[in-house]
Amino acid sequence: MSMTVSTESATGVVVAGPGGPISASGPESKTQIKPYTMNFGPQHPAAHGVLRLVMELNGEVVERCDPHIGLLHRGTEKLIEYKTYTQAVPYFDRLDYVSPMCMEHAYVLGIENLLQIKAPLRAQYIRVLFSEITRILNHILSITTGALDVGAITPALWGFEEREILMEFYERVSGARLHANYFRPGGVAWDLPDGILDDIWAFTERFPKFMEDLDNLLTDNRIFKQRTVDIGVVSKQEAFDWAFTGPMLRGSGVAWDLRKSQPYEVYDRMDFDVPVGLTGDCWARYLVRMEEMRQSLRIIRQCCKEMPAGPYKIEDRKVSPPPRGEMKRSMEALIHHFKLFTEGFHVPAGETYTAIEAPKGEFGVYLVSDGTNKPYRCKIRAPGFAHLQGLDFMSKGHMLADAVANIASMDIVFGEIDR
Amino acid sequence: MSEQALKELGDVIAAKLGDDVLTVEVRLGELMVTVKRTAILTVLTALRDDPACSFEQLTDITAVDYPDRVERFEVVYQLLSYAHNRRMRVKLATDEDTPVPSAVAVYSAANWFEREVWDLFGVFFDNHPDLRRILTDYGFEGHPFRKDFPLTGYVEARYDEDQKRVIYEPVRLTQDFRAFDFLSPWEGMTNVMLPGDEKAALQDGSKKP
Repeated sequence: MSMTVSTESATGVVVAGPGGPISASGPESKTQIKPYTMNFGPQHPAAHGVLRLVMELNGEVVERCDPHIGLLHRGTEKLIEYKTYTQAVPYFDRLDYVSPMCMEHAYVLGIENLLQIKAPLRAQYIRVLFSEITRILNHILSITTGALDVGAITPALWGFEEREILMEFYERVSGARLHANYFRPGGVAWDLPDGILDDIWAFTERFPKFMEDLDNLLTDNRIFKQRTVDIGVVSKQEAFDWAFTGPMLRGSGVAWDLRKSQPYEVYDRMDFDVPVGLTGDCWARYLVRMEEMRQSLRIIRQCCKEMPAGPYKIEDRKVSPPPRGEMKRSMEALIHHFKLFTEGFHVPAGETYTAIEAPKGEFGVYLVSDGTNKPYRCKIRAPGFAHLQGLDFMSKGHMLADAVANIASMDIVFGEIDR
Repeated sequence: MSEQALKELGDVIAAKLGDDVLTVEVRLGELMVTVKRTAILTVLTALRDDPACSFEQLTDITAVDYPDRVERFEVVYQLLSYAHNRRMRVKLATDEDTPVPSAVAVYSAANWFEREVWDLFGVFFDNHPDLRRILTDYGFEGHPFRKDFPLTGYVEARYDEDQKRVIYEPVRLTQDFRAFDFLSPWEGMTNVMLPGDEKAALQDGSKKP
């Protein structure tokens, strides 16, 4: 963290004029404490990536806070315009890189909406199962690193072990720990490997113990509560006005979850509750995330129990490639495979906004198709982008260290904010 | 949300706002309203405050570039109503020079969304409190998401050991940028009668010589 004293915001400073140093104002104003500008980040462990904050401080109290973002801007949306629909899927893993499969989910649902197709039931179950595994992955990181920011290191050490177990499930279905590239328009890339459901079930039996430990470490911890209770209070009205979604909205007492209110895939068959915070502060958001993990566990168990047999991707060969064995024997299948992996499929002209309940909030994809094999425009609506612009009003009047707690409770990940 | 309910909502909006609304469409189960550029603030305020609409949240603002049109940019507002659990989309058209009234006074969230549209597309917003670039580099020139901006950009940055700072140079590619045109000519020819196609018509007996 480097400090620079700004001259423009200070009053009563002595400036050098053409006739030597002159006093800008009267002598009585010199006793005033100078508000100063401080640069926070972009390389700072509490910045959750490459966040640069330019803060105006009065002593240790934040008066204004201007996030400078875009240091991780890669032009994803433009790159997608130059790729076929299938080739663009991996870009979504790299947006919110702690919850990759949820990003893919929004995109493939958008394409399916344009194509007017529906994934088979088994594929929908697999997607919901992995969306919820992703939610736990994300919340573990969010809560434990948030605790790290306010001074607790143990949760992070314990949590990363659990994340690694979950990422093993990722690896078993997709071959990659992080950037899964598993969901496809019309289903998923591969079927579940043998025995994975039993292992996921075993995980759901083990995991509540970790939740209990985390609970014991944090929930009633005096220091943790001192740092989070009444910090960054967001009212219901503010949450609407600033386009807050997900735990940021639920923490402020709005019972809204896209999985319940606008259910997609098989969420309408799932039995789960939506936790709602009462106080709208950092602690409420922490509690919401904790409870969401428990609810995700319930959904995961239901998926494991009810997982239907059947195809894991749509049988329409104009959208999803034929199995490899069939390609060796059938000319038709070979042609379909070749066409899909060079030209891709054509999507009828139209536009759609598809949103899902990602762990961080409403993640939406606005897809505009012109009838060719590449998206004409693909706008990604990242929840973190809207949350981060609320940092200014949330931190105003708080201490500098509380701004850090606010950043942590927003669950900021720069992959999706900068895109 | 049924299509019928969305159509009814569209009719209510069209009746309420009169001439400000240009078109109302329901497609793929989504309501889309095109409005006059100058009327956007009236429209957004009405959509937010009217209890029949009550779109409390502005989910997103974005733009789409159609270089062939006279007004090449389409600015798209996504709205969400929590009270009625429905979404809608408001669109307007503008060009490089014509500013769009800023929605910050209606929805605070519009601030960064509009900065992003300004940065990436160069659509100017009138009365915006703080219209700076947001995603591109400090001192960046041009608006990268326009269709006429090349994917590779114009400049690349590197650290110069002699000058001890990051410098910008014209972009140099070791391999030319390759854009493959996979659009097959056959896909578009489903309705064309090629020589010999008339024989197919013979078999179902529709056209006998």
